[in-house]
Amino acid sequence: MTVEVHDLKDFFRRAPLPFTSSRREQQIPDNVWTKCANCGELTYQKQFNDALKVCPKCGYHSRISSREWIDILADADSFVEHDADLQGIDILGFVSPKDNYEAKLAATSERTGTNDVVMSGSASIEGLPFEIAACNFDFMGGSMGSVFGEKVARAVERAADRGVPVLTINASGGARMHEGIFALMQMAKVSVALTRLARVRQPHISLLVDPCYGGVSASYASVADIILAEPGANIGFAGRRVIEQTIRQKLPPHFQTAEFFLEHGMIDAVVPRSDMRATIGRLLRLYERPTSSADHREHVVAGHQ
Amino acid sequence: MTTLTELLPWDKVQIARNPQRPRTLDYIRVLCEDFFELRGDRHHGDDQALVCGISKIDGRSVAIIGHQKGSDTKENVRRNFGSPHPEGYRKALRVMEHAKKFNMPILTLIDTAGAHPSMAAEERGQAEAIARNLLVMADLPVPIIATVIGEGGSGGALAIGVADRLLMLEHAVYSVASPEASAAILWRDSSKASEAAKAMKITAQDLHSFGIADLIIPEPEGGAHMDVAAIVHAVGNALREQLSTLSTLTLDQLLDQRYAKYRAIGRFRQAQSEIVEA
Ligand SMILES: [Zn+2]
Repeated sequence: MTVEVHDLKDFFRRAPLPFTSSRREQQIPDNVWTKCANCGELTYQKQFNDALKVCPKCGYHSRISSREWIDILADADSFVEHDADLQGIDILGFVSPKDNYEAKLAATSERTGTNDVVMSGSASIEGLPFEIAACNFDFMGGSMGSVFGEKVARAVERAADRGVPVLTINASGGARMHEGIFALMQMAKVSVALTRLARVRQPHISLLVDPCYGGVSASYASVADIILAEPGANIGFAGRRVIEQTIRQKLPPHFQTAEFFLEHGMIDAVVPRSDMRATIGRLLRLYERPTSSADHREHVVAGHQ
Repeated sequence: MTTLTELLPWDKVQIARNPQRPRTLDYIRVLCEDFFELRGDRHHGDDQALVCGISKIDGRSVAIIGHQKGSDTKENVRRNFGSPHPEGYRKALRVMEHAKKFNMPILTLIDTAGAHPSMAAEERGQAEAIARNLLVMADLPVPIIATVIGEGGSGGALAIGVADRLLMLEHAVYSVASPEASAAILWRDSSKASEAAKAMKITAQDLHSFGIADLIIPEPEGGAHMDVAAIVHAVGNALREQLSTLSTLTLDQLLDQRYAKYRAIGRFRQAQSEIVEA
């Protein structure tokens, strides 16, 4: 397979598709103002969407949904969703006057239009296929329970079966308390699935976005073959509040940011949202194998003669 | 006898945390014919919240990894109350790789409230250290038996707990977060820990009923600390039995079973009616 390097570069320089009214899941009119959660700057909704919801003044990357991530990254119409019908159940009989798990799940599903945190499926970037599992932090704080673990494990296994890379986009507050030990064990479940991907020598690319903590951070998200993060994303094992209570002092603002973990050798790159599609496209290209392994073998044998 | 059957989950948490309860080194002292401690992660330091080493049990070489709480304040400071830093998990990882190289089964003893939350732990990659162990244990080609001897808390417990068999002492608890942390996360009130202990279903009996714990080891009346020799003996018997069962498996069988065990954990509904269980 021959590839014109110039064409590739041009392609990857191309700006990703901005959100358009028809693609956005929440139909916000273009003529309203959006206030930056970081600096308070007011931006026209359309301008904000065109900038992929990054503040034009301070560069703050606001949180976006899994659907929006797929819109930014995947080739148009390439995404085929899998396992959308998986739904959580109240395993522990978790009903208290303050907290009814199934009611909470139902209400959150109603509000978000999805059954759980993770949206997963098959997609491509410039024709290069991969499996994707992306978190929606807006669904119960991106918490990892049985459905989350199952969907990520299936995405990883599908990638292994198809012999393609898997991309996980990780935003999570940690384990879903309402599922107790089952939630903790999802960390192990996704880990065993990843051994299958390793066996077929396909990469796991992990993208850490704001915020990524607890069980997700302390399992598959932090041991990918490549780890990317968005600028300013808060990442860590323990939350700031827990650490501040333990050490009884305020933490510096830089602590636990993507840039902090880049400095400490924990991630490979901090990538702005506008460069994400190009960066992941480059990576998919770098791991791409010769199209036919049979041809490759013949070539090697011929070379020995 | 009646007192035991009436124990509430929160009572079990207290028993599991009893300062007199036997710890990892109490088991090692009695069960191991010889124990050589392996110290340090070769990168940063030696975390004494985790004890690792090689030993022989019934003439067979094994690797041992266990959380170690202290028996007094001074030892607790040295051992950080059994809550490891990344270097502890990386020491454990080194010993796992060692066990793989020399084909030694691994016995792990779980007894921690969780991994330590601090600036230093974050800087050195607490999340990565835990995650790495999960990934390595997922297909490490030697038998692994994990036993919860006290409290198993969160990823800090699981980081030495991905195993072919999970055993729990009768009054041990194992949870996604400590009852105090669970109450704080769920209800923003850590004083509701006893309620959380009940709601979270953290007892050995709960985990056995879920199919997550494979075996419950009965404790002496009043708890393990009432008769240390008896509980150490019982744990030793259980470990020997599990070791001999696992040693009859081929490597493929062992790893396939481990894959299936963890892959199946989770309960959810698919396509409206079907409920998949583990
Ligand atoms: Zn701003």
